[in-house]
Amino acid sequence: MLPLYYSDMKPLSIKNLQTVAFSQIPSTEDYSEFSALVHELMAIESCHCVNYFAYKKNDALRLIMCIANDDSASIEVFGFSLNDDKLESLQIEACNRFEREIAENFDLSLLNHSWPKPLRTTSDDYPFYRDEDEEIHEVGVGPIHAGIIEPGHFRFTCKGEKILNLEIMLGYQHRGVEKLMVEKLMLSQKAMLAESVAADSAVSNSVAFAGVWESLCGFTARKELLYARTLACELERIAIHTGDLSAICGDVAYQLGNAVYGRLRTPVINFIQKWCGNRLGKTAVRPFETPYPFTLELVTDLRVILAAFEKDFVEMSQKIRRFPSVLSRLERTGIVTTEQAEAIGAVGMAGRASGIYRDIRRSHPYLLYQAGNTAVKHHGDVYARTQIRMEEVVASIGIIRSLLDSWPYNEYSHAKENYSPAADSFALGLVEGWRGEACHVAITDEAGRLALYKYKDPSFHNWTALELAVRNNEISDFPICNKSFNLSYCGHDL
Amino acid sequence: MKLFHTLSILFHQGKQYIPDPTKAEVPGIFRGRPVISTAAVDNEAVVDCCPLKAISFDGKMFVDLGKCGFCGICARQFPEKIRFTKDYKMATTIRENLIVIEGEDKPIEFGPKPECAKVFKGSLKLRQVSAGGDNSCEWELGATSNVNFDMGRYGIEFVASPRHADGIVITGPITKNMARATQICYDAVPEPKIVALCGTDAISGGLYAESEDIDRSFIDSHKVDLFLAGNPAHPLTIINGLLGLMNRKGK
Ligand code: SF4
Repeated sequence: MLPLYYSDMKPLSIKNLQTVAFSQIPSTEDYSEFSALVHELMAIESCHCVNYFAYKKNDALRLIMCIANDDSASIEVFGFSLNDDKLESLQIEACNRFEREIAENFDLSLLNHSWPKPLRTTSDDYPFYRDEDEEIHEVGVGPIHAGIIEPGHFRFTCKGEKILNLEIMLGYQHRGVEKLMVEKLMLSQKAMLAESVAADSAVSNSVAFAGVWESLCGFTARKELLYARTLACELERIAIHTGDLSAICGDVAYQLGNAVYGRLRTPVINFIQKWCGNRLGKTAVRPFETPYPFTLELVTDLRVILAAFEKDFVEMSQKIRRFPSVLSRLERTGIVTTEQAEAIGAVGMAGRASGIYRDIRRSHPYLLYQAGNTAVKHHGDVYARTQIRMEEVVASIGIIRSLLDSWPYNEYSHAKENYSPAADSFALGLVEGWRGEACHVAITDEAGRLALYKYKDPSFHNWTALELAVRNNEISDFPICNKSFNLSYCGHDL
Repeated sequence: MKLFHTLSILFHQGKQYIPDPTKAEVPGIFRGRPVISTAAVDNEAVVDCCPLKAISFDGKMFVDLGKCGFCGICARQFPEKIRFTKDYKMATTIRENLIVIEGEDKPIEFGPKPECAKVFKGSLKLRQVSAGGDNSCEWELGATSNVNFDMGRYGIEFVASPRHADGIVITGPITKNMARATQICYDAVPEPKIVALCGTDAISGGLYAESEDIDRSFIDSHKVDLFLAGNPAHPLTIINGLLGLMNRKGK
């Protein structure tokens, strides 16, 4: 179903992983025209903003908006040329963080923005929200946290034990990934960078990078590549979801769940290593090739591993579903309502736990994924996010089994040909990692070199969901709320 | 009934722990300590194929495991020259020991133990600092205490506060934004204390070494007591390295 546009400006409609000439992207100098089209599209229920960023070329700043329409499996792309050092806010909550990023990266001042704060600049005088009420106290946590986790600063505003507000200052992990993507010239360097954007999602991000790069080069992936990549993505989902379930059990002091899920993850990641030499699946996926062939022996092995895994996984999950002392900690804790999730543009597993039907595998199919249904919960609490994981793991096992049943043996070939990206082009790739939707955008210059690489992590949207989830919860429930999202610091900070 | 269910789950787990992490074998392919053969190849091409400039040639070929990202490209392109073994014992107290030399197939030398190792023999509590890490080494450090690797059996534990710690384990290249927090955390650890670097990014900066958003002054101004190589370092690399530091055998 194609929407009809009332605005004067018409967007360019592209498909996931499609490459277009950069000049094809419509652009205006009239902000009201641009803004009207954004508002018009964002009002459509099946639309959400997947990326909004600025690109500087010959001193001209171009803002590019990418809105995905899940109904038509298209991404609407259009731009705006900014000739000013001020940026007027669109005043759409789901675009807030993108605007903060643009303003910070290009030294613009934000006008009429509801939260005009730094995004990745950490400082002692960060303008935290403050409540002057005498009964209120603040708790500051981080950047270094109690466990083995990445850094970030959490500022809680509490009344007694109750959290009234949480504000998160990020940016500690900022190491310049996007700039290095352009500066490092070897394809192998870029592939490694894409992988280390967030290594817990190494597979899904390298799938996106490979997809975008191959699209720029006009390369169509062979069947065996698609099989191996789809399989790797689902193995990653199983491994991390299982690890997260272990951590959730740990946070409510349920030892058995913690130990069982913890040890169930091990054979899965060891299998990934058996295949490609790395437990997180680093190096499993590279543009144009499958560096480590998925052999018949691996197919047989994986069947055995999955059979053993599934039995114990289902048994443990059933136990939790019927275990009152665990359920009482998970249910009605850390709720994000559907309205809130909708407003902030929540994605992925956390979005689906709050009633948002959003799964790129289904809505914008890539690799071997097909349109279809996806597990959704409506109560938006820690338990919903726990259940979604349990169901997705079982679903992923199903996907993997059907891949193994039709595995294309003996079709391996290594890419020997030299491919190079088209000049002056724009490519956009969306993938559904275990956390949710990641968006990779690449723009090339007149010589076909990478001029810009923009990455958006699912956490970019979902950090706001965590801030909302903990409101009116006991501060002691913060760890379990946090764990139920398991958001990425390095993926956000880049 | 409920208890029965719990017991049956327990029973289904069987024994999961690795009996001796100093002797365990890693399944499938694993890129541990490489071996460089004396085969004649186009040396320049080998050096150039490495995305991390970890390979050098000066009469002989060298691979620096402090810079290597363990991507395996060199071994795939020049299998006759470089081969990765499954030897995960890639930990040392001396940075130079991480450099593998052509024609030498021998374990990475652990090097002398720091003075304070005697104090830590029975118990070593560590504070982890992630400073721009990509969450892979953090992940593997976490895995060392799961039921499989069970590092706690040696009295090694990651603790919540630097005040309770005997040292810090740094992951990531150390971003500008984390430089101060890293220093504060280190200062808060009581003497005697150790510094361990876990993974390529921490040891050499990895692909981020030249990024302007990195600040490695902490590394330059402090003595590092332990280097744990890998991208990420494997839990067995970590456990063996820490055991080495405590001067303990496995089991
Ligand atoms: S495995 Fe290490 S030495 Fe070999 S190419 Fe990769 S980074 Fe370089």
